[in-house]
Order: sequence, then C-alpha cells, then structure tokens
Amino acid sequence: MFRSTSVEYAPLVGRDPTPSHQNAMDMDNNDEYLVEIEDLHFKRGRRAIFDGVNVRIPRGKVTAIMGPSGTGKTTLLRLIGGQLRPHKGRIKFDGQDVAKLDREALFELRKKMGMLFQSGALFTDLSVFENVAFPVREHFHLPEPVLRTLVLMKLEAVGLRGARDLMPSELSGGMNRRVALARAIALDPMMIMYDEPFAGQDPISMGVVVQLIRLLNDALGLTSVIVSHDVSEVCSIADYVYIIADSKIMAHGKPDELQNSDNDQVSQFMQGKPDGPVPFHYPAQDYKEDLMGALL
Amino acid sequence: MINFLRRVGAYTLDGVATFGRAGFVLSRSMYGRFSFSGGFRLLLKQLYNVGVQSLAIIVVSGLFIGMVLGLQGYTILVKYGAEASLGPMVALSLVRELGPVVAALLFAGRAGSALTAEIGLMKATEQLSSMEMMAVDPLRRVIAPRLWAGFIALPLLTAIFNVVGVFGGHIVAVDWLGSDAGAFWSTMQSSVEFRGDILNGAAKSVVFALVVTWISVFRGYDCVPTSEGISKATTQTVVHASLAILGLDFVLTALMFGDVN
Repeated sequence: MFRSTSVEYAPLVGRDPTPSHQNAMDMDNNDEYLVEIEDLHFKRGRRAIFDGVNVRIPRGKVTAIMGPSGTGKTTLLRLIGGQLRPHKGRIKFDGQDVAKLDREALFELRKKMGMLFQSGALFTDLSVFENVAFPVREHFHLPEPVLRTLVLMKLEAVGLRGARDLMPSELSGGMNRRVALARAIALDPMMIMYDEPFAGQDPISMGVVVQLIRLLNDALGLTSVIVSHDVSEVCSIADYVYIIADSKIMAHGKPDELQNSDNDQVSQFMQGKPDGPVPFHYPAQDYKEDLMGALL
Repeated sequence: MINFLRRVGAYTLDGVATFGRAGFVLSRSMYGRFSFSGGFRLLLKQLYNVGVQSLAIIVVSGLFIGMVLGLQGYTILVKYGAEASLGPMVALSLVRELGPVVAALLFAGRAGSALTAEIGLMKATEQLSSMEMMAVDPLRRVIAPRLWAGFIALPLLTAIFNVVGVFGGHIVAVDWLGSDAGAFWSTMQSSVEFRGDILNGAAKSVVFALVVTWISVFRGYDCVPTSEGISKATTQTVVHASLAILGLDFVLTALMFGDVN
C-alpha cells in the first residue's frame, strides 16, 4: 500500500525557522503530515531541551533531524513515540495527540510506528528469527507456517534470511542494525524512526543501511524520520532536513539548500568546521590567567 | 539547620516518590492482563531461572545449617539430659525462623541480584524501550513473570530448605552422635504443630517472597541505565531486601508468636 508522497516544500533557510502562526493553525486535519509538532517545550531538570519547537513530518518522505550531539534529537523521537511527555505544546501522530492518550491507546498507536534504536536493542536471549517474530507473536495469533513466511520475508528485505538461526551475539554491528530494522517493519508500520542508524558502522555496512532506509521507505510507502549527525549520509537520502541547536530549530529545508546556506551556524554544521558560531572551546576563564593562576 | 531540614525533606520526598513508583510497578505487573498461553510459558522459564537455579545453594545451606543446629543443640541439651528434645529444637528452629529467613536471604543474594542485573541490563541496552515501542508492555512481558516466579519459588525453596535442614540435624544427632532416632522423630512429631508452626513459617516465606522479588524487579526497572547504575541497583537489592527480611521477620514473629501470656 503506497501513501501520498505529493508534498511540496518551500525553502526556509535564512527565514524565521518557526512555521508561521497560520501554518500552526493549519495543523489540524492536515493529511499531508503524519507527525505535527507544535510549540514543543521540554526540560530535563532546569535545562530546556526544546523551547518552542515546531516540526512537521510529511507522509511518504524521508525526513532527517540533525544537530550537534546533546541537542535532544533522540529525545525528540522519544517524545513522538510517547515515551516522554512534553511540558508544553502538542505532538500529533496521524491526527492523534500523543501526550493525551492513555496507556492502552498509546500502545495501540505505537503499532503504527517502528523504531530502530542506536544499539539495535535486539533481545539477547532470542535468535534472529525469534527477534523478528517477537512483535508479531505478541500481537497476532498467526499459524506457525504463516509466521515463518512473514519473518523470512522481512529478513529477506534486509538481506539476512540466511542468518535466521544466529544469536545477536554472533552478529556484526551492521547485521545487528539490519535485524533490528527487519523487526521494526515486522508490524508493517506507517512510520519508522531511526536513532543514529549510521553510528559505529564501517563504510560497507553504512552504505547498506543508507540504501535500505531509502529503499524500504519507497517500496513499503513508509514515512521515515532519521536522527543523525552524519551529514553526508543523511543528505544523500533525506528529502527534508531539520537542524536543531540551542533548544530550537536552527534551520530547515531540502538538503542542497542547507548545504549551500550562507547562514554561519548552518554552514559550520553542514561543512563540519571545527570553529565558528559554535565555539571549539568550552566557555572558560582567560587561558593566560588560568595557567598563571597555579604559579602565583 | 535549614540545610539539614532541606536535606531531610529532599530524602523524604525522594523516598515517597520511589515508593510510589514501586507501587505502580507492582500493581501494573500483578493486575495487568495475563495471557495464559504466552504468560505460562514465560512463567515456567522464570521459575526455572529463579527457582531451579537456586536449588543448589538452598540445599547445601539447609544441610549445613541443620547439621550445625544438631551439633550445637546436642552439646547444650546433653548437659541437662534433655537430648530427647533435640528433634523439636531442630525442627522448630528451622520451620519457624531459620528456614524462612535464611532461605529468603540466600534467595535475595542469588536470584534477587540476578533479576535486578538482568532487568537493569535490558534497560541499559534499550530492550525495554524497544519493547514499549513495539506496543508490548514490559511490565507485563518482563516484570510480571519474574515477580510471579519469585512469589511461587521462594515458599517452595523454603520448604525444601526445612526438609533438608531436618535431615542434616538427623545426620549429626542420630548417625554421628548416637542420639536415639525414635525419640528424635517422635518428639518432633508431637511438638511441631501444622497450623501454629508450619503454616506460620510458610506465611512468613510468602511475605518475604513478595518483598524480595518486588525489590529486585523494581530496582532493575528503576535503575540508572549505566554500568554504575546497574551495579548500584544490584547492591541496593541485596541490602534493602536483607534489611526488609530481618525487619519484617521481627514484626511477623511478634504477631504470630508474640502472645507469651
């Protein structure tokens, strides 16, 4: 089943990165977007992770959330999945306000989402086959031959049908991530969220995962959200990119627009420059004074 | 002074919040939907992990404690010519007190710490989070079977501990020191009451089972998901469970056997 992919983007780099009030008002009943995040505020202790963030994830597209480490990219995925609740603002998934759902309704909603965790999060006491079969066994009472066919199809999609009997401890990092991906698509979700899918991968594994994300998105008519700071890999497959910094959306737009941006902060991140608006040095007292202080 | 009061207040609030979270975990695990087909298979697996795997330490400890009781009891009672009371002494000590308490302490050290470490590691490797994202409740899938398994296994292990302990006492008193076997068994039979002694001892072990398993699974579920956090949670399980067992033992003993008038 393929879903609508006809979404047109307006270049937004260099403009006010916050969608206009009118756009925010339009969020209700907007079928173009699977996820709509409006005026999101979230804190950990006294530290604001998000301070009025607006993000919209279009259906059928690959959307990337990028930003320096520690800016709350993974936290954003957990907020979308309802594992965390915002302190203020709205997160709507397929028209439902995630934060307002009770536990039962939230679990029902999560059947429509898959998530690929950074570590893969495979169950270490289950084989590859059983890991992929796990969500299906939990939610449906399928006859064993049907289940077997389904699991083998999912494993074939990620190229690991032959590894069905291996245990997670016998898999390489890249294989681990691909099994987790097969498990994430086991329930045929509407959306998959990828948390740092390229972290710690060798070039070959990274290429495989990059290709798989795009292929699965297009072949299964999924909506994909990738959280990563691997700029080149993300830009090669993403249709749209949001960059988070300083608790806000710093910029958003198509990958090529962001890469050619004349905004210093965006340019520093996209080009990987060590110094710029985000300083190389952590704030500290004067270097000379600091060194001499020990001698005086 | 203000700082001291602030610190006491913070500790109290933290304690109340922790107890609230622990209550939530217990209630959602115990009263959540239980699927008999899938749930029973998981329960059996956990019964093996926490019960069968603890058998060795329970049997060996029970045997040695029974043997020590037999030896100590004989050397004391023989001075007063009361070695015929050795059977009741060994049996009552085990059934009323040592069986439930020592078995629970051993269970906390062996199975409780393993439960905390296992659940904590599942949390640290995002297995619990991934389960939640697959719309599977980890409280029902992971915590509930372990909680029920501990609740069922410890009373059974305590019964085994008691039986082996009495056997150990018999080996030392009768086979080694030559005490009369008939007197050993007959005085035991006439002195140990089913309701007053055995059922009260069993009630103690049921309470300890609930408390130890609850502490163990909660500490794992609530731990900070780092190696240091798991290590701390495992230590807390053993310390808190041991203190809870000893404290509750006094309370239960006072309620069950405290009426001395």
